[in-house]
Amino acid sequence: MMFETFRTWFHRMGSPKWFYDITGRWIPWFGGIAALCLLVGTVWGLFFAPQDYQQGNSFRIIYIHVPAAILAQSIFFTMAIAGGIGLIWKMKVADMVAKSCAPIGATMTFIALFTGAVWGKPTWGAWWVWDARLTSMLILLFLYFGVIALQSAFDSKQSAARASAILSLVGVVNIPIIKYSVEWWNTLHQPATFTLTEKPAMPMEMWMPLLVMVIGFYCFFATVLMMRTRNEILEREKRTQWVQGLLSSQ
Amino acid sequence: MHFDSFADFISMGGHGLYVWMAYGLTTVLLVINFVLPVMHKRQLVKEQARKMRREQQTP
Repeated sequence: MMFETFRTWFHRMGSPKWFYDITGRWIPWFGGIAALCLLVGTVWGLFFAPQDYQQGNSFRIIYIHVPAAILAQSIFFTMAIAGGIGLIWKMKVADMVAKSCAPIGATMTFIALFTGAVWGKPTWGAWWVWDARLTSMLILLFLYFGVIALQSAFDSKQSAARASAILSLVGVVNIPIIKYSVEWWNTLHQPATFTLTEKPAMPMEMWMPLLVMVIGFYCFFATVLMMRTRNEILEREKRTQWVQGLLSSQ
Repeated sequence: MHFDSFADFISMGGHGLYVWMAYGLTTVLLVINFVLPVMHKRQLVKEQARKMRREQQTP
């Protein structure tokens, strides 16, 4: 029964028109929650959270650094799974989702690296150190660039999707390396500050705005991902009647 | 409220430059990420309109 329901859902998800229609209804919700959380989290983190007793106010960078770093990895994971589904079941929508993930993921990785550098300067005295966490994040950025390059390197959309899916699936190896880099190697980078499974290592009034920002970043990603995938659908299905009708009615 | 004055808030206890660089660039990048697909969609609608006009002119 459960399986049947899931199979119907999976098949429907594979229909570009159905995906286009349902995400059109979801976007305002995700977009609204994203805007609200990002606004509330930023104001809360910048104005109201107490300063760190060692790092002072530079610690406020955590409210964008940590969500961006979490998203950089989650998006890569999403991209690999979508790419894998496209590879195995030849589902076009999954290929389009995977393609749409890459630029957003690259942005998040860049934000994590940039805010990390800017935070590292007053905290460690250096913008950059070649340690395991930072280097594996830099590799993640290059993996995203690789996927973006592959997406535009082929004339056939199918070959482009296949090549990028394979690179994403291979690149997933890097994700646990990033996660455990702070435990496996000696590093300047502090251990994870945001976990849902353990008691947070910081006081509640510091942790709550971080939670709000993480939710905001996830919803922002979902919104932009749906917008990009919908454009991709419009472009690839532009010869179909429903897309022509839809585009000319706007 | 953690800060005593607006100037205090801007200076971030001497770390203002770092904090504002981080928040500034992130804001710019997030806005770009949102605006790009919006513009792309508009362009797709415009292209379709142009195509429709062409088809009407050459029956």
